[in-house]
Amino acid sequence: MSSKREFIIEAEELLSEAEELLLQIQEGLDEEVDPDSINALFRTVHTLKGISGLFGHEGLQNFCHSLENLLDDIRMGRVELSETTVDFLFRQHDFLKSSIKKVSEGKEVDVEPEVKEIEDFRASPKKEGPSDDLNSLLGEDILKVLSEYEEHRLRENLKKQKGIYIAQQVFELSDFDKKLKAITEKIKKKGELIATLPVSEGVPEGSIGFKLLIASQSPAEELNLGIKVDTIKEPLKKKPRPRAQPLKKEASKVDSIKSSTTTVRVDIEKLDMVLNTVGELALTHGAIKRIEDELLEQFGYDRLVFDIHRVAQSFTRKLKELQDFLLELRMVPVGQIFSRISQIVRRYSKQLNKPVELKIFGEETEIDKYIAEEIVDPLMHIVRNSIDHGIEDEETRLRLGKNRTGQICLRAYQRGYNVVVEVEDDGRGLELDRIREKAVKTGLITGDEKLTEKEIVDLIFKPGFSTSDTVTEVSGRGVGMDVVKDRVAALGGYVDVSTEKDRFTRISLILPITLAIIKSLLVRVGPHQFAIALSSIAETVQIKRTELQSIEGRFVYNLRDEPLPVVPLDRYYGIGNGKAGEDAFIVVAGFGERRVGLLVDEVQGSQDLVIKSLGEYFEGLKGFAGAAEVGRHEVVMVIDVESIIEEALVSYKGVKS
Amino acid sequence: MKKILIVEDSDSTRAMMRAIVEDIGEDFHVIEAANGFEALKILPAENFDLIITDINMPDINGLELINFIKTSPRYNDIPLIIVSTESTEEDRRRGMALGADDYITKPFKPEQLKDSILKHLGR
Repeated sequence: MSSKREFIIEAEELLSEAEELLLQIQEGLDEEVDPDSINALFRTVHTLKGISGLFGHEGLQNFCHSLENLLDDIRMGRVELSETTVDFLFRQHDFLKSSIKKVSEGKEVDVEPEVKEIEDFRASPKKEGPSDDLNSLLGEDILKVLSEYEEHRLRENLKKQKGIYIAQQVFELSDFDKKLKAITEKIKKKGELIATLPVSEGVPEGSIGFKLLIASQSPAEELNLGIKVDTIKEPLKKKPRPRAQPLKKEASKVDSIKSSTTTVRVDIEKLDMVLNTVGELALTHGAIKRIEDELLEQFGYDRLVFDIHRVAQSFTRKLKELQDFLLELRMVPVGQIFSRISQIVRRYSKQLNKPVELKIFGEETEIDKYIAEEIVDPLMHIVRNSIDHGIEDEETRLRLGKNRTGQICLRAYQRGYNVVVEVEDDGRGLELDRIREKAVKTGLITGDEKLTEKEIVDLIFKPGFSTSDTVTEVSGRGVGMDVVKDRVAALGGYVDVSTEKDRFTRISLILPITLAIIKSLLVRVGPHQFAIALSSIAETVQIKRTELQSIEGRFVYNLRDEPLPVVPLDRYYGIGNGKAGEDAFIVVAGFGERRVGLLVDEVQGSQDLVIKSLGEYFEGLKGFAGAAEVGRHEVVMVIDVESIIEEALVSYKGVKS
Repeated sequence: MKKILIVEDSDSTRAMMRAIVEDIGEDFHVIEAANGFEALKILPAENFDLIITDINMPDINGLELINFIKTSPRYNDIPLIIVSTESTEEDRRRGMALGADDYITKPFKPEQLKDSILKHLGR
């Protein structure tokens, strides 16, 4: 991996860390901002500056330097942390993000104006620094080890009349970090850990001692850390304000500590390479099975045949395990992207002056890292639409008897072989009349065309429907719902909309869980074998060909009293040989109203496939999503279900009604 | 053989420093610690000839690590180089006061790090 790439990877990681921290800080503004978040943000920018310099990106380095100075002012209490400040920081974060993108494309970044802006911001009125005499309080041995920042925190806590303590303990060297972190967590619930000082004096071999400098409102006996605590300064006698720590925050703290020590970063391309090798291993596996069969035929149940049978079986199991592990590695919790979306919700609701409450469900649902990244932009667009067009202004909401604050739900859950990610708002719903009007105006439909509700809703996905009022600040480009649909379709998923006037609009992205290995159904059409992703299959039905009805040259099957459009694959691909038997199968693809039956001769069972793209050469080939090997060097084509459904729904429009 | 401990929380910076150190000669061996806790664990396990540390790090910062090393009879004669940015100037000054032997300001040229390492190894 080139060093430039390594830089970009770390820079992007730092950026998303910074974003997370900014959100934490913003949330804390109402009550009390955790000084740890600000310090961590400072360190993040500091590290980014460091690596920018080392990798020769002078512009970025200069910018980070200014930003770091500002953050230093904030953490040292020289610049007040207000909503304005946080907004300003968010803006700088956006700038950094776009700058790093530019750098990754090999472009120059001009930071001059931004640096000036930051310097101006820093020059705004400052707060006075304190001047306690620390020497009378703490011994020189501790004072001299404190960093400038730690010293500042000590002063801040003294100013707030908090008690200052020193806790001491000797730990086994082997697991001191774990025990110390447990104690740190306890301290953070009751106060602040200002400094952690390792000491070697008077400590036996194989052990390590620590002094912890703590500030807290609680008296010493209430700190209850399970280790020795000396009081340096009594806390002010005052009933501490009871404040329930949000559970979630605790959890995320534990997580972040864990990740800084035990995670390894891997480029997803490398994972793909491993995955490919595993795919090839699956072929080797097929070969072993074949040899086993041949040996059995030739030698019967010989001891060696049994042996290879056993070995082959264990090979199968291990291979399966390996595939599962690999898939797991690619999976990330959807929560990772939800936090980015929630930032957009907050900022945008503020910009438009529409108070919005965001609810998040199922953030632990796991999805392929690649898919997660790909749906960020579409989700942002949907969310912005919700706030902009969905949520009504306060006056209207009150008139309708709704809560003054609008509500947006981000929801994720697994459904079979799919993950569903939804955005739901409790706004006015899609206004069918206006959509129709707009579509007529833009020439998508004629004024006298009769459309069902569903068809009108589908108009929002037509290219050309969205106009300039949906240009997003996020990407800087106009992203319409047509792009959302295309992006999701490119991932092998689809978009579903349900809405009710004055009640809600819910836009669901139905996505495959992973793109790497696809559980597929193998089917036979004449002499040809095809694969269909299980994620797009609802069921399979065994039928007699005579049960198919033909209307105007198109086939329909009556599935539980519902007419199902049927596409005979031999006809679709032009490979029919007219020798099809009486028995056939319908593979019901798609869900809800977007369903089509694919007519095949035989269903041959499922298999995990590593799907490869067909490459440029076959670009014009329609109806295929890729190709995959199924053992013994046989290649099958993977059917692009989405495009067949799309086509069928259009051509069956008249037939169905 | 010279064993050098690099304590630095940035992955890419650490990798770069490792490359610079290993470039000095075949008998230079680098052991990495991504934070202060890791450094504390590794220290007793090896006999280091030199330590390079960043200042601004999570868990325990460079100053606390330097203090630990320089007050411990077992480690206090290992040469220690601070590598940090100029924004931590005050902290760097404190680090030198705690007994660090040299400092290098990020960003640095490979030669600067090499020269400092060789100087403190007495070469």
